[in-house]
Amino acid sequence: MAYLELEGVAKQFGAQTVVDDFSLAVGKGEFISFLGPSGCGKTTTLQMIAGFLDPTRGAIRLEGKDLTAIHPAKRGLGIVFQSYALFPHMTAAENVAFGLEMRNVPRGERTERVRAALAMVGLAGYEERHPRRMSGGQQQRVALARALVIKPSVLLLDEPLSNLDAKLREEMQIELRQIQRTIGTTTILVTHDQNEAMSLSDRIVVMSQGRIEQIGTPQETYEKPASAFVSQFLGKTNDFAATIDRTSAPARLIAGSWSAPAPAGRSGAVTISIRPERIDFGDAGLSAKIVTRIFQGNHWLFQCESECGPATVIRQNDGQSQPVEGEAVHLTWRPEDMGVRGAA
Amino acid sequence: MSASAEERNARTPWVLTAPALMLFVGVLLIPLAMTVMLSFHDWGQYKGIEPVFILKNWHEIVTDPYYAEMFGRTFRIAILTTLLTAVLGAPEAYILNRMSGCWKSVFLLVILGPLLISVVARTLGWALLFGGNNGLVNKLLMSAGVIRAPIPFMFTETGMVVALAHVMMPFMVLSVWAALQRLDPQIENAALSLGAGPVTIIRRIIMPQIMPGVLSGAIIVFSLSASAFATPAIIGGRRLKVAATLAYDEFLNTLNWPLGAAVATLLLAALVLIVVGSNALIERRYAEVFR
Repeated sequence: MAYLELEGVAKQFGAQTVVDDFSLAVGKGEFISFLGPSGCGKTTTLQMIAGFLDPTRGAIRLEGKDLTAIHPAKRGLGIVFQSYALFPHMTAAENVAFGLEMRNVPRGERTERVRAALAMVGLAGYEERHPRRMSGGQQQRVALARALVIKPSVLLLDEPLSNLDAKLREEMQIELRQIQRTIGTTTILVTHDQNEAMSLSDRIVVMSQGRIEQIGTPQETYEKPASAFVSQFLGKTNDFAATIDRTSAPARLIAGSWSAPAPAGRSGAVTISIRPERIDFGDAGLSAKIVTRIFQGNHWLFQCESECGPATVIRQNDGQSQPVEGEAVHLTWRPEDMGVRGAA
Repeated sequence: MSASAEERNARTPWVLTAPALMLFVGVLLIPLAMTVMLSFHDWGQYKGIEPVFILKNWHEIVTDPYYAEMFGRTFRIAILTTLLTAVLGAPEAYILNRMSGCWKSVFLLVILGPLLISVVARTLGWALLFGGNNGLVNKLLMSAGVIRAPIPFMFTETGMVVALAHVMMPFMVLSVWAALQRLDPQIENAALSLGAGPVTIIRRIIMPQIMPGVLSGAIIVFSLSASAFATPAIIGGRRLKVAATLAYDEFLNTLNWPLGAAVATLLLAALVLIVVGSNALIERRYAEVFR
């Protein structure tokens, strides 16, 4: 049975539907990300789980119990806010201890648990610091310790890393994943950063305009995007207009001067999408011209103008010589690397 | 850079601030210094002001219990007014802050609106409502048989405190409002998710964070109330004098300018000491919240 279950959850503000028909089953210990652009309803969904907003329709259940009937203060969920929302007039230790105080944990045990929680997030020795005297990363850790010390049934993270600089964000991602693995708390992360979602989660819920576009593992959502939105949002992708010609035998899929045996099913105009790193330069294939060539250390990034419109190609820097700007090339890829869907 | 250019750069700030500086010196520092000097001059019914240096006025103020009573009343009224505005104004600002957009601007206008009306008009309003047998409220309550005699309001310290609190309320609300603006909008949700009830959230999370706002509002209200003139003059009249009305009377009725100057100087000195002292205390106590 699912640990946390959302069934047909919807939220309306007046006439505006912010979240619609959101259904998801989260297993115990799972790390789930809600991924989508701002305004897609991911934070609203999180706030409904937390209890700061009531769903207009639908049910939220935790271990089979109706969560919406429980007051937010009694839900026992740990939440890390985007702004951290630390209590500035309390020290780090007092911040972390607050939730335990509210639960009437005896003083001795409280001190011990606060110390352990701060040590877990790597802040041993910072007990007496006030939040405003700490760096963004340290504040983030205090917020995490404060949410985890109450042993929450579910940990909710609302864009917790978006205020950190790139390098620190990467460090915190790794650390967050390690902590979550160690203590095994069921976690839901809200983010608009696809890299963050992919590197942290067991499963990703891709959302757009209040609806779920796809639920799947990071690999699934990246390799087999269910919709044009998902393939565009998760990493870079090339969309080419193509046709499937079933008049000849065997049937062929044709995009410019590239062609391959047609997949079963569709016919007529289709759109094919290929990730930039799956395209190779070959002797035959889609003819194109290199417009710009950018060196990025471990890989080369090419912007090409092809028969089927602009194309992006990424090649590993494997020491081989690469085509130069202005050079005419042929783009080729394996048919199994492309996705085929109906023409837009 | 050449020496002359360096010199010019060093002079620039002085040149640029000179007009404001001259205004400050001319209309504030010089009259203030003259008032302080005036308080050491002698005065007699027939000889007028004599520009000598004596401590007669200061001796009179320190030894005559009449002046102790005046200053005692002044600060008692100021403290009570400050307490009243804090007790009413802080919740008022909190409620205002929680209102939704449209209502918020309407009620902010309601709170700030009185600032556009003269203090005299606002205080006379109280006099019209509670002034003796003819006051509107008194008349109504008496004809309804609720009270027999008019509610004592005019010429009472209570009346002065109530009227002053009404005049000063916008300053307290604005000050607390400013502190509330600095609050993290998610902070109440954070406390809620950790299991805190509404009372605990206000007492443990909101109150400590808006305390600096309440205290700086209190400093403004206290100093304005202690030096207020119009409200005490209308409600208290000649019967209940405070330091400001006392100085006024010495200057314009008795024509004893030196004594009036001594009263004014003492009031100023006391206020500066109290305000600077409490400000330093607050800044030390709430260093973490202020940063």
